[in-house]
Amino acid sequence: MSIRLQDVTYIYMSKTPFEKAAIKKIDLEIKQGEFVGIIGHTGSGKSTLVQHLNGLLKPSSGMVHIDGQNIHEKGETARNAKRSVGMVFQYPEHQLFEESVYEDIAFGPRNLGVKEEEIETRVKKALDFVGLDFEKFAKRTPFQLSGGQMRRVAIAGVVALDPKYLVLDEPSAGLDPRGRDEIFGQIMNLHQATGITVVLVSHNMEDVARMANRLIVMNKGEILLDGKPKDIFCNHQAQLKEAGVDVPPLTLLMNQFKQRGLEVDSAVIDIATAAQNVYKAVRRG
Amino acid sequence: MGEFIAVKDMCHTYLAHEGEEVQALDHINIAIGKGEFVAIIGTNGSGKSTLAKHLNALLIPSSGQCLIDGMDTKEQENVWEIRQSVGMVFQNPDNQIVATLVEEDVAFGPENLGVPPKEIRNRVTEALKDVGMEDYRQHSPHLLSGGQKQRVAIAGVLAMRSNCLVLDEPTAMLDPQGRQEVLSTVLRLHREQNITVVYITHFMEEAVAADRVIVMEQGKVVMEGVPKTVFSQVNRLKELGLDVPVAAEFAYRLRQLTMKIPEDIITDTELVVAVCP
Repeated sequence: MSIRLQDVTYIYMSKTPFEKAAIKKIDLEIKQGEFVGIIGHTGSGKSTLVQHLNGLLKPSSGMVHIDGQNIHEKGETARNAKRSVGMVFQYPEHQLFEESVYEDIAFGPRNLGVKEEEIETRVKKALDFVGLDFEKFAKRTPFQLSGGQMRRVAIAGVVALDPKYLVLDEPSAGLDPRGRDEIFGQIMNLHQATGITVVLVSHNMEDVARMANRLIVMNKGEILLDGKPKDIFCNHQAQLKEAGVDVPPLTLLMNQFKQRGLEVDSAVIDIATAAQNVYKAVRRG
Repeated sequence: MGEFIAVKDMCHTYLAHEGEEVQALDHINIAIGKGEFVAIIGTNGSGKSTLAKHLNALLIPSSGQCLIDGMDTKEQENVWEIRQSVGMVFQNPDNQIVATLVEEDVAFGPENLGVPPKEIRNRVTEALKDVGMEDYRQHSPHLLSGGQKQRVAIAGVLAMRSNCLVLDEPTAMLDPQGRQEVLSTVLRLHREQNITVVYITHFMEEAVAADRVIVMEQGKVVMEGVPKTVFSQVNRLKELGLDVPVAAEFAYRLRQLTMKIPEDIITDTELVVAVCP
């Protein structure tokens, strides 16, 4: 079970003077249950890449399979395969449109032909997942909520589709630190509780380092690095720099300690452990 | 340093949909000097943006006063001069670009002010040079990166000869490189042209660069001071739901582990020197 891209190239504004290959000959397999982080500089092809994961874009050449099904064939099975991928775009709250939170979340499943009783269960579950109380929020208009709450309602709308694969493009952009931690905490919980596959596009290296078990770094339309976040942040800093991607601030700090001759492990990704690490190194002298 | 912005006991209330009154700003007092660089931080809904919109009379106080260079924003006859003097840059670069060519976009402000065409050309050239975008003069704005778009927006403000720049989360939608471009442009303008800057952000590493930091919570100013004093209060900021710079938190953790680390550390270099003298 996986999403598989084979030799995928996508060209924007083909046959015009502005013709540009946004992604080039991408070979990639995202297996079920993975938590994949995708990072890269603006224009590196991240968004173009993720839009291929559920068939929003059709490759100029190459093939996309979801669970073995070529999604660009005609027919019911290809359609269902595409529907197993839930996509949360940047600023998803701009897409809220219904009169109540309930209706907005119910819109997707209803369109898929889910029965009304089942829809209510799904809306409840989705709201619960994003940490909003059903009784309190279901009847409210989505447009009077705070930015963070609107974002969560929008994510709930995708979760209610019950996707096997969840793709999120910068889900924390514009949120304050607390809102960001909440959203990421909930995504992490969902991943752990249901084993849903998560593909997360983010500029925030710390968050990616903390959550993803696989990291893909894009550069100029190609996959530059693909591996474990710790390994990439520790051992490939020159390439990250070349790709215009930041190393997490904590890794940079740990590097400085190392340069000063302190024997620390620069692969740690949370501050508490890192502080312990430095403390021990200093005591060892 | 003369006082450029003086906010005195200012409140702002508005009616929410259900008819309840919301107090977005609650008796705010702020003084910002000419040429100062002030960062404002606070959670979503703390009143940062409402405050910013008072600074060029997009909003008028419900009570209290907002004085810009001595001019009261309440007085209708001051509004034009205030808006020329205080330029705003918002979060979403795509919402503030009006023209189909970069140079036309930058010229929009001075054109509206009735500046003679020749003078406009000079100002556009100068402004684009100031933000490092002179090579993009004839480009179409929608093909620029986020950081470039924000710099064009800043150039638009400069072309109006504004002497104060209010930026409301200008980097929220940008990638790390774009953020760096915008911040260093703003810092340079502040340094070289003595422009007064009010910079709202969720990124603490940007706020560290300011002369002074103001922390808002529920419509009130709850902390204020130089970055060192504000960011060394790790617990307080976390309670408010805010981040602290990595070095400040790291230093805080080391102190908890009984290491002797000075209280006012907020940058990596300071921390490394303190740990390995």
